[in-house]
Amino acid sequence: MGEVELRELVPQVLSVLVRRGADFATAEDAVQEALIRAVSAWEDELPADPKGWLVTVAWRAFVDLARSDAARRDREVRFDTQPPTGVVPSADDTLHLYFLCAHPELTSPSAVALTLRAVGGLTTRQIAQAYLVPESTMAQRISRAKRTVGRSGLDRPGNVRTVMRVLYLIFNEGYSGDVDLAAEAIRLTRQLAWSVNDPEVHGLLALMLLHHARRRSRTRPDGRIVPLADQDRSLWDEALIAEGITVVQAALARDRLGEYQTQAAIAALHADAARVGDTDWVQIVEWYDELLQFADTPIVRLNRAVAVGEAEGAPAGLAALAQIDAHIPRRDAVAAYLHEKNGDLELAARLYADAAHNAPNLAERDHQMRQAARLNQVLRHHQ
Amino acid sequence: MAKYLLLKHYRGAPASVNDIPMDQWTPDEVDAHMQFMSDFATRLEGTGEFVDAQALSPEGVWARYDGEGRPPATDGPFAETKDLIAGWMVIDVDSHERAIELAGELSSAPGAGGDPIHEWLEVRPFFAAAPTVTE
Repeated sequence: MGEVELRELVPQVLSVLVRRGADFATAEDAVQEALIRAVSAWEDELPADPKGWLVTVAWRAFVDLARSDAARRDREVRFDTQPPTGVVPSADDTLHLYFLCAHPELTSPSAVALTLRAVGGLTTRQIAQAYLVPESTMAQRISRAKRTVGRSGLDRPGNVRTVMRVLYLIFNEGYSGDVDLAAEAIRLTRQLAWSVNDPEVHGLLALMLLHHARRRSRTRPDGRIVPLADQDRSLWDEALIAEGITVVQAALARDRLGEYQTQAAIAALHADAARVGDTDWVQIVEWYDELLQFADTPIVRLNRAVAVGEAEGAPAGLAALAQIDAHIPRRDAVAAYLHEKNGDLELAARLYADAAHNAPNLAERDHQMRQAARLNQVLRHHQ
Repeated sequence: MAKYLLLKHYRGAPASVNDIPMDQWTPDEVDAHMQFMSDFATRLEGTGEFVDAQALSPEGVWARYDGEGRPPATDGPFAETKDLIAGWMVIDVDSHERAIELAGELSSAPGAGGDPIHEWLEVRPFFAAAPTVTE
């Protein structure tokens, strides 16, 4: 059994324990304990019923944890040590776990960490490595999150909106350490899509699949950014693109449009173009207009300005850009691109240098710096 | 072994010999610089001397306590003249001489014209751990 198959059992096992009356926080610790034991116990031989094995071991661990906890607080043991039989968790139980872990009272980093552990089955160490923080910090973050959920979560669980936001945050983190967070987010979103009948969840899944399909072409092996127009489209994963397009089309057909479906539709139009010149920019601008109905943010307007620049020409793009606040991140980069397209290389070179100065990460800073250097070289040749 | 911080400044260090700003270099010169930096870190990982490297955004402010019940006071963005740290590398080396040697190598990173930048780097020893035996 692979690591991912093992981790797929985690929310099911946790649901069984919670169904049997275990409190969420202790049950979650017990499932982690069972998971760690499974890794060594299953090395030689897989049990006939892996899930049953995990439930049994997790329940024993829970009983031990709860007993010592109860003894410490001098409290009565309020549960049966023999588990009731015949409880089968349903998709609704898994859904309930998602809601708990993305509880609105949790901060985003806490919700992300708790989701990865309780629903994703990752260990605290793996999550800490992925987010580049010490393991003890991540352990504290998770236990505080569980306390918050325990205090106020059970009667007022989160909702599918907060769950989707948390999953998209995980997806966007990319990957460092030995865990591929983007792939993990896709796995968790797929699982969510099985248990909730909301076209937006399918929209989110499609959006992730379509972005993920282009991953190999987005950066070079040395970490350099490759802009969409310059990407080697033969590196795009056609199977993922086909799946993403099918999923978003099915969602759109239900006629309950939302933010993620709209973004997925835009991603699908990009993915569908065999060459950059084939991109249907007019339709992309129309989708951005739809997106503004759901999320009128400066970032959406910035992306729309780029699309307008492609569909109607650089002056139209610059006119759209003029409406957007000067302090929005990446605005200089978009302005530089549109001015270069418009033939004003000197201004574009200055704006690329500004964009490098204001870049939110090193890869973007290096990319914008290279753009400035490229244009300044052209300008020196013209002198 | 002793840990040292190699500190790079956006501003505040004495001027480099080859101090043409990066956006005025050719794209090939930019690539050569990036490659040098990446190779340097990889090499130190190979010799067992690399600990950590981080780069900082040039944006930042000063902040301090401003009294009970009041929000913290801030001052910024930084004026042009302020000392401004760009990033650092932490190394764990045999000797002070080795730390200086590595700072020299890092400072030889190529810049405009492919020539070394000769950038001044601050070399700061960490306080060592207290020894087990002191008498």
